Amino acid sequence: MKDLINKLSKAYELSDVVYQRPNFTYATANKENVISLITQLRDLEGFSHFVLLSCVDWIEDNIFQLSYILNNPTQKYDLAIRCMIDRKEATMTSAHHLWEQIATYQRELKEMYGIEFPDSPRLNEDFILEGWDDIPPMRREFDTKKFSEETFFPRERPQSNDPATYMKNKMHPDEWDNTPSSKG
Amino acid sequence: MSEEKNIEQPSKQAKTFENPYYAKREVTGPDGQKFIVDPMKDYFSDECPTVHEPNSIPVVEKFLNWARAESLWVLGFGTGCGSIEIGPLLTPRFDAFRYGVMPRPTPRQSNVFIISGYLAVKTLKRVIRSYEQMPNPKYVLALGSCTINGGMYYDSYNTINRLDQYIPVDAYVAGCMPRPEALLAGFNKLKELIKAGKAENANEYAKNFDWYKANQKKIIKDWNMPDYNW
Amino acid sequence: MSLFNIDTDRSKYPQPGEDGKLVVDLDSHKYVKLWQGPNHPGVTGNMALELTLAGDEIVQAKTHVGYLHRGFEKLIERRLFIQGMQTSIRMCVAEPDTNEYVYCQCVEELSGIEIPEMAKWIRTLVLEMSRLQSFLRVVPGQGGTTGLGIGVQWGMYMRELILDRFEELTGGRIYHMYFTPGGVRGLLPDGFKKRMEESLIEIDDFVKRIDDVMYSNAVFKKRTVDVAVLDPRWVDKYGIVGPVARSAGFKRDVRKDYPYLIYNQLDFEAIIMNHSDIYNRSRVRWYELQQSVDLIRQIMAKMPDKGDFKAPTPNVLHWEIPKGEAYVRAESSRGEYGLYMVTDGSDKPRRVNLRGPSYTQAVCLLEDMLVGANIADVHSIMVSLQTCPPEIER
Repeated sequence: MKDLINKLSKAYELSDVVYQRPNFTYATANKENVISLITQLRDLEGFSHFVLLSCVDWIEDNIFQLSYILNNPTQKYDLAIRCMIDRKEATMTSAHHLWEQIATYQRELKEMYGIEFPDSPRLNEDFILEGWDDIPPMRREFDTKKFSEETFFPRERPQSNDPATYMKNKMHPDEWDNTPSSKG
Repeated sequence: MSEEKNIEQPSKQAKTFENPYYAKREVTGPDGQKFIVDPMKDYFSDECPTVHEPNSIPVVEKFLNWARAESLWVLGFGTGCGSIEIGPLLTPRFDAFRYGVMPRPTPRQSNVFIISGYLAVKTLKRVIRSYEQMPNPKYVLALGSCTINGGMYYDSYNTINRLDQYIPVDAYVAGCMPRPEALLAGFNKLKELIKAGKAENANEYAKNFDWYKANQKKIIKDWNMPDYNW
Repeated sequence: MSLFNIDTDRSKYPQPGEDGKLVVDLDSHKYVKLWQGPNHPGVTGNMALELTLAGDEIVQAKTHVGYLHRGFEKLIERRLFIQGMQTSIRMCVAEPDTNEYVYCQCVEELSGIEIPEMAKWIRTLVLEMSRLQSFLRVVPGQGGTTGLGIGVQWGMYMRELILDRFEELTGGRIYHMYFTPGGVRGLLPDGFKKRMEESLIEIDDFVKRIDDVMYSNAVFKKRTVDVAVLDPRWVDKYGIVGPVARSAGFKRDVRKDYPYLIYNQLDFEAIIMNHSDIYNRSRVRWYELQQSVDLIRQIMAKMPDKGDFKAPTPNVLHWEIPKGEAYVRAESSRGEYGLYMVTDGSDKPRRVNLRGPSYTQAVCLLEDMLVGANIADVHSIMVSLQTCPPEIER
């Protein structure tokens, strides 16, 4: 399958190619090329099964990584196309015309990450959340524990002891009293 | 640290929750007559729940409690993953029918609500509506550690932590997930409570209605139903 | 068009406008809007269908999911790799072992751990048992949708036998947590193979009985044959996998195509049929149930008795995995079940995304397949696609 990657690299400037397994390859493509690349893969190279569209939030680099995983069922080969988009203006060309299921993935990404896919059907309808008015929850800066403590009513938890210090205190009280940290 | 400053924080999206289904509108009937439909008034009742007073004669009340305890009709609403153990519970191995437990398809016919595990906020709204539709006397059996303190979802943004803040709970069955034997023990405990006349939490709900409503409205943002909906 | 047939020609139904929304004039008294679920005995799990009906024929269907959303993928980002185990397995309750396997396999692949031979055999055994208990729910459940309750009662009892074996092996009925990154937690107990064989003999008997009672039943045939036919062109369009695709003639089985664990040492063939209606989809599962029984027998005959069952791992409390990404797939009873994991060099995963078969089958395909169906067949169609809401919304 290296032939295919070499062929595609010339036309689409693939970078960061990782041959993870004999039948699984990752490659990064430019944002502008991705849709034409996966169209070619579907129509000419036999990648007819679309597996997954996922998003990874690289908050340090200020980018979202979109991963399109495609599968070639006849040659038993997978190709994952990564694509980096800007985090501030998260917009990506919609691919729902290639596989209908992508519309569902795009609805989820819009809701969970706030990524816009112009012209994708039913994009702005509520998919999973209902009446959500905070920042999209799957973004890294959203603190789910803080949100949970503020919104729901956490039950008071029993005080737990660190087992090491507790047992030390219990079994060797003299030793415990002499350690400088316990006096502080 | 300088890198972190570059990250732009998206502003909170202010959404308005207006659904066209609930708007007042003019409709033409089959015979050409025009009339105005107001779904918030026409589709819902505005009756406030009332306290179900016990019978004044103790013997009669004791008999009624016995009868209630022996026919626990369960609402068949699997709200979480605990509902997978309801299947074995009602089939030959554990056979809950011998305790008078029986699934019903609609809240109008049932008087036990099994909250089977974690409750997402979207489900909680439906649970409240189903609970308010159930006729008195009604009881709530909460399954799993997720209903007690959030369990393993204690830090999730979409599941509630304590069920008893939103609807009253009569008995908890702990575990993740509780075995069918534990469920049977929970039903037996509930029976004891009913026979002793202690399972009066539906009345507590009616008495503290405003407190419960305030808690419910705190987390359900899209509250497109009236306060007293059945 | 007959009442029991779905025509794939959509032109006579109201068409959606340019924005993808179908505008139906509910006030014209030709259509009725009906919600099926979430509190309804005729939906599989906690999800809702918004149906628009003309008479008893469906002209538009929308699925509403999210009633079981717990934010797993967010929670796993806050957990250590070993803590992620107990979180990840609860993603889908009907078949938790597949979750365990894909999570462990992702961690092992990214950290470069090779699991011992004995662990591979035990994992295969547990995965096949898990598929078997899932089929024991869904195969008679298909009869239950048409009012044949006896199969459900039998099937639940047979499932209990497998759950007992699970309990004996792992200590848990539903959630086992028997797999761990690096291998499994223990060997088979003494006499396990003998008791397993006793259970399988009872299941063999059940397989014959369900064939007589359900698949030869005239009512069942009338309700399921040629109902909700799957157009083979839809398979790639919607990304359909598993028994639903196999019943339409697509030979796609992850265990055969991408052999994992020790499936390449076992003797089996992917089961295919060439006409995907409700009856054949259920029939494929019935054959796969027998295949699972056969595979468990093969595994127990071929597996070694003793051996190393866990590879050494670093200290799990300070386990940092280098940057990388992996997509691991396994065959669950519903089809290809995959987990996509991205790590960034820290002790927690950066991103975990689960791809369940229901994600496409219960949203896109169901919405398309229900158009033109009869309202009474909705539950049968949902069960025949083996809809599992928790894996859609996670």
